[in-house]
Amino acid sequence: MRVVIAEDLALLRDGLTRLLEAYGFDVVAAVADADALASALRAHEPDVAVVDVRMPPTFTDEGLRAAITAREERPGLPVLVLSQYVEQLYARELLGSGDGAVGYLLKDRVADVVTFVEAVRSVAAGGTVLDPEVVSALIARAPGDGPVARLTPREREVLGLMAEGRSNAAIAAALFVTEKAISKHTSNIFMKLDLDPDDDGSNRRVMAVITYLQA
Amino acid sequence: MTATPALAVPRKERLTAGLRRRVALTGVSLGYVLLAPLALVVLCLVTTSVSLVPVGVGLVLLLALVPLTAQLAGLHRRIAGRLLGVTVPTPYAPDRRGSWWSRLRGWAADPARWRDLAWTYVSVTLGWTLAWLGLGLGLAVVWYAAFPAVFALTPDGTLANDYGFVTLDTQSESFLQWVLVPVALAAWWWLEPLLVRWIAQLDRAVLAPSRASLERRVAEVSQSRAESIDHSAAELRRIERDLHDGAQARLVALGMNLGLAAELLENDPDAAARLLAEARTVTTSALGDLRSVVRGIHPPVLADRGLAGAIQALALDMSLPVSVTIVLPGRPPAPVESAVYFATSELLANAVRHASARRVAIDVGHDGRALRVVVTDDGVGGAAVGAGSGLTGVARRLAAFDGTMDVVSPAGGPTTVSLEVPCALSSPRTSPSSATD
Repeated sequence: MRVVIAEDLALLRDGLTRLLEAYGFDVVAAVADADALASALRAHEPDVAVVDVRMPPTFTDEGLRAAITAREERPGLPVLVLSQYVEQLYARELLGSGDGAVGYLLKDRVADVVTFVEAVRSVAAGGTVLDPEVVSALIARAPGDGPVARLTPREREVLGLMAEGRSNAAIAAALFVTEKAISKHTSNIFMKLDLDPDDDGSNRRVMAVITYLQA
Repeated sequence: MTATPALAVPRKERLTAGLRRRVALTGVSLGYVLLAPLALVVLCLVTTSVSLVPVGVGLVLLLALVPLTAQLAGLHRRIAGRLLGVTVPTPYAPDRRGSWWSRLRGWAADPARWRDLAWTYVSVTLGWTLAWLGLGLGLAVVWYAAFPAVFALTPDGTLANDYGFVTLDTQSESFLQWVLVPVALAAWWWLEPLLVRWIAQLDRAVLAPSRASLERRVAEVSQSRAESIDHSAAELRRIERDLHDGAQARLVALGMNLGLAAELLENDPDAAARLLAEARTVTTSALGDLRSVVRGIHPPVLADRGLAGAIQALALDMSLPVSVTIVLPGRPPAPVESAVYFATSELLANAVRHASARRVAIDVGHDGRALRVVVTDDGVGGAAVGAGSGLTGVARRLAAFDGTMDVVSPAGGPTTVSLEVPCALSSPRTSPSSATD
């Protein structure tokens, strides 16, 4: 799998490269700013991009903006955005930039190597991976008047784990129930959120998460 | 007034320029002559209203008349400022918030308002006299110069002048009146700038802030400066403590774990693996600590997106529905953004913690003079500014920028807190359109 990495701190850039290469990824470019990222994406057409939010020249959110722009240019381009802090506002903007194939994680999560690599793969495959911190803030929020208000607390919990990018099997394991029980919850969630039952699984999961974020 | 002649006399003024300047100043005198009746009307109305205060009607009248007086005085401040080439500052104390009654009491306690009233007296007496003199000097020149022509146009005898030693009663003798033209011209030339300067200086002397009000302002500034220094010192202490007890302590633990793991690697690989796993958890918590410290210093989203984006992000992080309306054509200065952000954050936290609100609305705007944030919640109300209240901290934070806070919170709610900070906006900065969805 071909990856482009954009991270301005050499220490972390090298660390990420080493880590991903150790797990069989092919790091085709590792760049240090948003402009270089844009040209690397055009030149290499990678399967996934791993992008730091804060980069030169202004050291604000150019990584995020570059990711959104790149996804406008090439819809569906899988991008995993890493940051020292997470904002629901940014999660919404990222998810709004297309259907799925997007991830938003705290840099800390890199320490849990296996989960992190899993997240990169899942984003590359078109999934949505949100940091548990974003998700827990979402769950803590009282549902407004939207469709999310129709979900039971258990269903919201399942939806939250879905937003973290977990599969039904992983959710079942986390909640100590059977996978069958989880698939019953998920189909209830899709129904309550007015999502097309004929849609294929992964896209529907992404739509559910987007609905959740925008509630 | 068409021209805006500064009264400062250029070192070398050409004759035509000098003439133009004096003609313009005569125009200014005319302006002053015409404005004085307004002051007279205001004076009469205010005096009547004050005497009607015991009946009650006076109070209502004063509510309208005091600002009107301030308007008129403000106009004269601007005119005097432009004539003298200085800024005549507005001396009023800030309006008291709340009911019309407290506003009136605030005015009554403000010496500057009384000076306005005193000024109307001065303006309609001494000021008006000087203005008439200024206008008269100009008219005299015209009158004497045009005398023969006027004489020819009026019936015989109307304009006959008996100066005792010479009588002007024929058309040819009327030209003798021209002898006075140089005299009038000289008087006008020399006195016109002086008269206008006196009027402007008179207005300025009465209308500019008194020494007492300047001293009061200095006292306010010193106090808010002392408070902000105290506040930032306390903040630094808090940050130091947070780092010391949080991230620093965790890094120490991390070092110990790793050292121990290195020791055990050979003899007890299982224990080493456990220690390494523990070390990873410790880094995560250390990073979490650092993040919360950083948020307390300067939230990253504020640096990224400015006040508008940061308040939206804040609203999203709340556990209750927060509706946000932001109309900001530019960005306030960074220190104001930061102060207002933390103030808003405190207000939101209060709404959740103390008011048990179910819904909060935030309204942010700028009226060209000041940034205004209004936070309304549907909670239990009864919020008060006082010792130990978070609201006092908010007010202090804003005072450093001459900002004010107004709390309306009847028991039973709803609570409305308005923040106002005078500041200019910088030109708009481009940001993704999705930031204002």
